[in-house]
Amino acid sequence: MSFESFADFIDMGGHGLYVWMSYAIALVVIVMNIVNPLMQKRQIFTEQARRLRREKSKS
Amino acid sequence: MADKKWMPRWFYQLASPRWCYEITGKLLPFFAVAALLLLVAGCVWALAFAPADYQQGNSFRIIYIHVPSSILAQSCYMLMAVAGAIGLIWKMKVADMVAKCCAPIGASVAVLSLATGAIWGKPTWGSWWVWDARLTSMLILFFLYLGIIALNSAIESERTAAQSTAVLALVGLVNIPIIKYSVDWWNTLHQPATFKLTERPAMPAEMWVPLLVMVIGFYCFFAVVMMLRLRNEIIQRERRSGWVRDLIAG
Repeated sequence: MSFESFADFIDMGGHGLYVWMSYAIALVVIVMNIVNPLMQKRQIFTEQARRLRREKSKS
Repeated sequence: MADKKWMPRWFYQLASPRWCYEITGKLLPFFAVAALLLLVAGCVWALAFAPADYQQGNSFRIIYIHVPSSILAQSCYMLMAVAGAIGLIWKMKVADMVAKCCAPIGASVAVLSLATGAIWGKPTWGSWWVWDARLTSMLILFFLYLGIIALNSAIESERTAAQSTAVLALVGLVNIPIIKYSVDWWNTLHQPATFKLTERPAMPAEMWVPLLVMVIGFYCFFAVVMMLRLRNEIIQRERRSGWVRDLIAG
């Protein structure tokens, strides 16, 4: 550990705001990248399933 | 295809959307676990255990996000250009899809690189932004990504969209060596590259080992997101084929 206490860890030697802001933005970017295609997948599947049902009822 | 024996078999398999869908389905869990483990371990190591820099103190810990995201933003661009070129030359559908999926991922990591760079610049240089060669060329990389996304969505035909974005991506490739060598060619505030292929890093192992973990973690994360997007793209474009109908009817 390179910190004496938990408060020290949060403070990051006075640079806490900068360090934690960077990691928070990274977390947001990573989560958005994962969630976005997963939601798109659900949307594609429901849309295509609806299309298939429509085609079936027509024939 | 039988006359082209000089190409390995997997190259043609890769060209089959269905085969790609199946293989990415098998690979995804491994990369997801690897990305999660590497990124969590890397972050804990970077934030709590790596020693503080003797000049920059703890603000130096931003490097563990900044460098991996910058490397990934550039690698992603190169993959996009190469995939686009393969799509242009061999008219390979899957390559077009890969190139299309690269753009939004690359744009987001370019933003991450620029944002963490600005946040790091404030305590280190006293300014969020300077119009310096490294920063400007990185900003151009971000704009290239935006341009490619816009061009792709502006063209109705998938084939034409893929061709035009591939050409734009290839032209923009000239920016990659400019980013890389900007710190050597021009006077700059930006510090030189941390990792070089030919030399050992200038920083001690306790600092660069977690950085390497983060870089590999970011690559695994990219693989995961790439496969997620690619699979959506395959389903979307192959929706009229039999196997996708069966898959959806499930």
